[in-house]
Amino acid sequence: MNIHIPTPLRAYTDKQETVSIPGATVAEGLAALVAAHPALQQHLFTSEGKLRSFVNVYLNDDDVRWLPAGQATAVSPGDELSIIPSIAGGCSKEPSI
Amino acid sequence: MTLKLSNPLYRELRAHGEETYPHECCGILLGSADGSEITVQRLLRAGNTRTDSAHNRYNIAPQELISAQREARQAGLEIVGFYHSHPDHPAQWSATDFAEAHWLGCAYVITAVEQGRATVTNSFLLAGTREEDKSFRPQSIVLPSSAPHLDSD
Ligand SMILES: [Zn+2]
Repeated sequence: MNIHIPTPLRAYTDKQETVSIPGATVAEGLAALVAAHPALQQHLFTSEGKLRSFVNVYLNDDDVRWLPAGQATAVSPGDELSIIPSIAGGCSKEPSI
Repeated sequence: MTLKLSNPLYRELRAHGEETYPHECCGILLGSADGSEITVQRLLRAGNTRTDSAHNRYNIAPQELISAQREARQAGLEIVGFYHSHPDHPAQWSATDFAEAHWLGCAYVITAVEQGRATVTNSFLLAGTREEDKSFRPQSIVLPSSAPHLDSD
C-alpha cells in the first residue's frame, strides 16, 4: 500500500511524501512504516502504543477509527493510507483582559 | 522563517474572513518551504465544520485535508500552513488554537475581523520537534513591495 505522510512528518521519512509499504491490514502497514522509519513512533503513537488522538488515519476516503474492523481492516496493494493530523482551534471564550 | 505571499492571495485570505463574519473562516495554504522561508502559492478555502459554534471555533474536515494533500502532491507543492479568522477578537493565537495545533513547521495565519472588516493579519510558525516541546513563534509576512498597506519607511 502507499502511505501518504503529512508535511511535518516528512522529516522522518527522508523527505518522502509517499512511502510504499507491504502489509495485509492497516495495522500491519503502520507497523511496517514505523519499522522502516522508527522516529515516527513517538509522533504517531502514545507511550501506550495507541494512535495519538489528533492523528487521523484514512484508508482511501474512510476514517480508520470508524471502519467496522478498525486497524484490522484488510488492505490491498492499490489502497492509499493517509496520515493527517487534525486542524482546529478558535478564540477562547474566557473574558479578555 | 518568514511567510511569503502574493498580494492577491493575501487579499483573498483576508476577504474570506469578511465573507464568513460573524463566523470563523478557515483554509489551507499550499506552497513550498526551505530553511528560512515559507512561500505560499495556492490557497484552498475550507468549510468550517464547527456549525455548532462557528463564531468562535473552527475545524477542517480530514477529508478536505486529504484532498488538499492530493492536490499539493499533483502540483509539486506541499501543505505549508493554515489560516483562520477571529471575528471581533485580536489576531493572536488562543489557548485553543495552541492546544489543537499539530502541524509542526507550518504557518498558522490569523486575521482579526472587526465588525465585518479585516484588520490585523498575523502569522505564527508552529516551532518545535514534537508535541511536547511545540511553541508558536510570530513570523513576519512578506508581501511584494507594491502592497498599498505597507509603510515605506
Ligand atoms: Zn484562533
